[in-house]
Amino acid sequence: MGYPIELILSRQLAECLDMPVFLTDTVGNLLFYNEPAENILGKRYEDTGEMAVEEWGTVFKNKDDDGNPIPTDELPLVKTLMNRLPYHKTFWIESLQGTAERISVTSYPIIGRAATFLGAIAIFWRSSE
Amino acid sequence: MNITLWGVRGSIPTTSPNTKEYGGNTSCLEVEADGWLLLVDAGSGIQAFNCSRNVTNSRVDILLTHLHMDHIQGLGFFGPLFNPSVEVHIWGPTGAQSLRARLGRYFSPPLFPVYFRNLTCKLVLHEIGKSNFNIGPFAIQSDYVIHPGPTVGFRIHHQHGVLTYIPDHEFALACNVHKTKDLRWLSGSELAADADLLLHDAQYTEEEYKTKQGWGHSSMEDALQFARLNEVKQLLLFHHDPMHFDEQLHSIRSQLKEKHSSSVAFDMAVEGSTIEL
Repeated sequence: MGYPIELILSRQLAECLDMPVFLTDTVGNLLFYNEPAENILGKRYEDTGEMAVEEWGTVFKNKDDDGNPIPTDELPLVKTLMNRLPYHKTFWIESLQGTAERISVTSYPIIGRAATFLGAIAIFWRSSE
Repeated sequence: MNITLWGVRGSIPTTSPNTKEYGGNTSCLEVEADGWLLLVDAGSGIQAFNCSRNVTNSRVDILLTHLHMDHIQGLGFFGPLFNPSVEVHIWGPTGAQSLRARLGRYFSPPLFPVYFRNLTCKLVLHEIGKSNFNIGPFAIQSDYVIHPGPTVGFRIHHQHGVLTYIPDHEFALACNVHKTKDLRWLSGSELAADADLLLHDAQYTEEEYKTKQGWGHSSMEDALQFARLNEVKQLLLFHHDPMHFDEQLHSIRSQLKEKHSSSVAFDMAVEGSTIEL
């Protein structure tokens, strides 16, 4: 089954950008991530292909400025998938390799023609705050 | 299923002695089977259809891929729209405005003297996107494809074969067709898979496409690769550029045949030709 052109074009845009972009379907399965995102994820899209939400959702440990874990349903992308609205949040992520980094995440839904909800985009910004 | 190509030219009607062989009328196909009649797109080729036969069907269905002028400019001259005893169904892509409102721009002064509301046929409009619907013996699948503005392609399935029609399509904008391995990321792929006949946008030569990226159309080389990847049985290169005259199309055809004939069965679409599936 082919992907809707809104997702195909979103992937193409992500491939042209120099900021980390993650593209998911409506339930959070990771359909594509671009080269800058590979550095954050510590994996290559060429190697992993698409990743189920259970798989890539555990790659990061998310913490607030005080080091407390952030509940999953407070993460921007999760909220976007639940509510089909854009969100933004700055927090810490710790990769499986134990590297911690303060980042900002902007997420927004992909609403296609005929108001069809097709997936979401999350952009990771390396935080300068 | 009988298919007649009444218009194969892209962008603007280009009728001159230089285009008499391949044809100068814009997109319009007639698809007929078991007494049912479909017109696919309503470019200026619809006038060639008008001149060729008298419609006696009590129902006619018009499938519009999109509402660019070269695909609807013949609509106002389609006789059955003015015949109260004919039911005309128009199927077109959903957009931000209703199909009626968008077609109404064409059916109103100063572009056209007759208002939409003054058409006397029994008119039924259907908004489609990624849709499946049946018309008589045809099972039809539509889906959005990459082209500026809401645009769909059609996969028309009849018991004797599958016709795929994607006249305006720039899939290369989002996918390197010469490198891709996963066809799910290739616009239009689901419509074209294993089709018996594919009519596909091939407006530009490979060289011309380099300066026309983003204009919504494909190169001939890309169209050939698209057909190969989707394992279509026969490809007709469609939507000829208005500046490609017969002599040039002959020459391009020869070059492409020399290079690609072993990998995919293809030819140039010719106005007035018929194909039986």
